[in-house]
Amino acid sequence: MFRGLALGSGGFVVALIAAIGIFLLLQALPSLQANQVSFLTSGEWTTGDPNDMRFGILYLLWVTVATAAFALVLAMPVALGIALFLTQYAPRALARVFAYIIDLLAAVPSIIFGLWGLQVLGPALVPTAEWLNTNLGWFPLFSDGNVSIRGGGTIFTAGIVLAVMILPIITAITREIFERTPKDQIEGALALGATRWEVIRTTVLPFGRAGYVSGSMLGLGRALGETVALYLILSGASGRAPELSLFDGDATIASKIANDAAEFNNEISAGAYIAAGLVLFVLTFVVNALARWITTSRTGK
Amino acid sequence: MAKRIDVKDLNIYYGKFHAVENVTLSVPPRSVTAFIGPSGCGKSTVLRSLNRMHEVIPGARVDGSVLLDGADIYGAGVDPVEVRRTIGMVFQRPNPFPTMSIRDNVVAGLRLAGTKNRQQLDEVCERSLRGANLWEEVKDRLNKPGGGLSGGQQQRLCIARAIAVQPDVLLMDEPCSALDPISTLAIEDLITELKQDFTIVIVTHNMQQAARVSDQTAFFNLHGVGQPGRLVEIDETSRIFSNPSQRATEDYISGRFG
Repeated sequence: MFRGLALGSGGFVVALIAAIGIFLLLQALPSLQANQVSFLTSGEWTTGDPNDMRFGILYLLWVTVATAAFALVLAMPVALGIALFLTQYAPRALARVFAYIIDLLAAVPSIIFGLWGLQVLGPALVPTAEWLNTNLGWFPLFSDGNVSIRGGGTIFTAGIVLAVMILPIITAITREIFERTPKDQIEGALALGATRWEVIRTTVLPFGRAGYVSGSMLGLGRALGETVALYLILSGASGRAPELSLFDGDATIASKIANDAAEFNNEISAGAYIAAGLVLFVLTFVVNALARWITTSRTGK
Repeated sequence: MAKRIDVKDLNIYYGKFHAVENVTLSVPPRSVTAFIGPSGCGKSTVLRSLNRMHEVIPGARVDGSVLLDGADIYGAGVDPVEVRRTIGMVFQRPNPFPTMSIRDNVVAGLRLAGTKNRQQLDEVCERSLRGANLWEEVKDRLNKPGGGLSGGQQQRLCIARAIAVQPDVLLMDEPCSALDPISTLAIEDLITELKQDFTIVIVTHNMQQAARVSDQTAFFNLHGVGQPGRLVEIDETSRIFSNPSQRATEDYISGRFG
């Protein structure tokens, strides 16, 4: 009886995911067939006329992946530092208050982050961005992008806002796993004459690494799918191809869909966006599978 | 190597709770001293205060002095990390580092102390594993994780890890209580061998074990619930088990309580 229930709920989830995938695929197929350019290698996006569909995922995919990856690069070390501080260094009372505040960060609606990024952080970052561009412009990621740095609607701004948004989830998971480091492991290291940092290196980090990585991947999943905040922050279409710089703009897959939702006036046009959604769906799937693979292969069993 | 320990007027506290009262005892070098007594009498607490492991619990503190060849390990300016490097410890449950190979487990203490020379590490690894009577069993799988060994082997691995750094003293907190009788015997034989080189203090619940392995035995007891534990007497093991000077000791070892 319970076996049946468990099997049923498990099966239901699998069926649901499969159904979503199939739905996306079926809706996207007609548009993909009508597409005049290659969907995977083009960056063009003109979907107004059902008889002249030209859409490719490339530019959107770049902005999506670059924003999320940049956010992850910023958030991972900070989250690790916070988790270590809270579990290993901070007095217990302080740790509890601090952890609570971090968790509150997760409860802030993403539209608020978007407003903040658009109105406060974006303009505030302009001098830094310009400095990086002027002085480190030889480094491809800091070279001129396809939108104005002065406008602030860049991957640079968006990535930093996203980093703040995914920080709580990575921190919370990492903190929880670090707290569960077996006490006898810690004592073993201490008894060998390990300093506090050495205890962390020999016991806490090896024990918590898998949790840290999967927490980060969850954060990455969230960053890839984040819509509203990026919709506000990123500058709309510049029409120019991205320069593979952090100062590119335009839109991510999700923000593009949100931006253009009003224009879904026929099935073929809408199908182009659904095809983009399908790419996002597969991307998050791959990220999660990767997280699983890292977790199991590094735990050492 | 193999230093003597002199404990003077040791009082141990967990926050406001007075756990152990006025312990004074001496442990000669190259000998085995057993701590016995009923649960909660503070014998493990005393053991953990001998290498300053007691104080890692928040609120725990110690009064009095513990002299290692005359130098107070609680003296001003003494770094507890340094103390623990010279006084090794083996715990109740075997606790090899699960992500490390057998070799890395053994040399973990040396690595912490900054030794990088590969050849030297290999030498110490072999010598320590031989010293812990484990070499023959693991020499073909030194790169396998330590967690794959049996419980008794894991405990001997932990002993190898502890002796790899050539400590002055080896503390053992009920090292056989999680092991089967055959593994227990292997550890007891090992303790008798290690006595040639190390000063050993062992806490045990097993009075036969104390009688088998130790040269002197300290009996701890408490007067009642919530009262601090105290050292009742310490004497040669043969005398404690045949003709103790305290009535409480006799009652305990003859099985009348505890």
